[in-house]
Amino acid sequence: MREIKSASIIEAVRQMAMEAAWDLEPDILEGLLKARDRESSALAGDVLELLLINADIASREKIPVCQDTGVSVVFVTLGQDVRIVGDLMAAIQEGVRLGYDEGFLRKSVCDPITRVNTGTNTPAVIHVELVEGDRFHISILPKGCGSENMSGLTMLPPSAGLDGVKDYVVDLVIQAGPNPCPPVIVGVGMGGTFEKAALLAKKSLLRPLGQLNPRQDVARLEQEILERINGAGRGVHGLGGNNTSLGVHIELFPAHIASLPVAVNIQCHAHRYKEINL
Amino acid sequence: MSMLRSRPDFFDRLKKVTLPFDDGILETLRAGDLISLSGTLFTGRDQTHRLLFELLDQGKELPVDFKGQLLYYVGPSPARPGRVIGAAGPTTSYRMDVYTPRLLDLGLKATMGKGARSSEVRESMKKNFAIYLATFGGAGAFLSKCIVEAELIAFPDAGPEALFRFTVKNFPAVVINDVTGRDYYQEIASASSL
Repeated sequence: MREIKSASIIEAVRQMAMEAAWDLEPDILEGLLKARDRESSALAGDVLELLLINADIASREKIPVCQDTGVSVVFVTLGQDVRIVGDLMAAIQEGVRLGYDEGFLRKSVCDPITRVNTGTNTPAVIHVELVEGDRFHISILPKGCGSENMSGLTMLPPSAGLDGVKDYVVDLVIQAGPNPCPPVIVGVGMGGTFEKAALLAKKSLLRPLGQLNPRQDVARLEQEILERINGAGRGVHGLGGNNTSLGVHIELFPAHIASLPVAVNIQCHAHRYKEINL
Repeated sequence: MSMLRSRPDFFDRLKKVTLPFDDGILETLRAGDLISLSGTLFTGRDQTHRLLFELLDQGKELPVDFKGQLLYYVGPSPARPGRVIGAAGPTTSYRMDVYTPRLLDLGLKATMGKGARSSEVRESMKKNFAIYLATFGGAGAFLSKCIVEAELIAFPDAGPEALFRFTVKNFPAVVINDVTGRDYYQEIASASSL
């Protein structure tokens, strides 16, 4: 049985929490560059350039890309043949606490009733998936809530069909307007149950930007929804143009015969993400 | 990233505005104008407003006089040693909509954040000859460079939601709502296909 010490998990999470805040991943930078090159509005093109300059400053000077360094959403893929020496969940929380403290990141987590800040950015939201073998993969998605707040979920009747799904997703993104910092990435979970759809929508954001769903009909749906959103002309920060969304990611799970859950998790253009295999 | 300039082209087209606002300047600004702010402003977001309104409701004096001022919706990340402030881009403004009309009645002249305002806030802006500005969400690292001084004024326990006075220099923004009642977001939306 392969052993992983909790100390190495703490260190990995600490490092990823900091790097995620100030280094955008290459797929996001490329997405922003492509958006700038195809932008139809001069002002929106300038703003896209500002966002690229911002990413450059953030990376060079280790300043967060965005002051909203998010609630830490952590995904663990844990092989059932791995033995964690120590407490996995506590190690993740400790890594987040250290990273947010040492990285000068904003602590944005508070009690939902008193609104008193926990002061550590913990607790992180942690999802663990158990798989065969001895793999240990961990990723961190610091989720800003300007975009998270614009997310939504609906339980459609199966008769609503694909048109119902498309209308729901497109309307939600257009209604969100400039609030979630467009150009957004649209994560969609279709099927499963109430909570499964929401988790699929979040997990779809982990897919590299620009990569389509391997199922052709789903990939077509992704492209069609993207075209409709960008055709609506709201644009970067709601200032007009043809870049309201950088990409639509859809993930599926079989649904009950009575049900068609659709969850939409909206992500801002400052999509921050880090992952590692231990 | 080496092909990038240090600032985008549109910075050369920005109309310079000093803070607090000079008499008569607000009347010259129109929805869609790109402006560059220099001078002092106050900051606040969700919890800041809640704390300010607790004071107002108790009939107590506010820690600052908002007359003629700009209130920027921001919760900055902490400054590294030797730096003025961390990332300091805008937060979404609609969450402050319930509070804004009363602050405008107290003489606040402008708010700045991102995203559209409610019809109540738009009406209150018209009544009070106030404006609303958007700055650039997700550009917090760049915008931190436009803040030359940050002074903690009130509510230190609120952490990132404390009330600061920022001194800014060439801080970029777009006029969304002007004193004539125009709304730039609505104009963009009506001009587009949906």
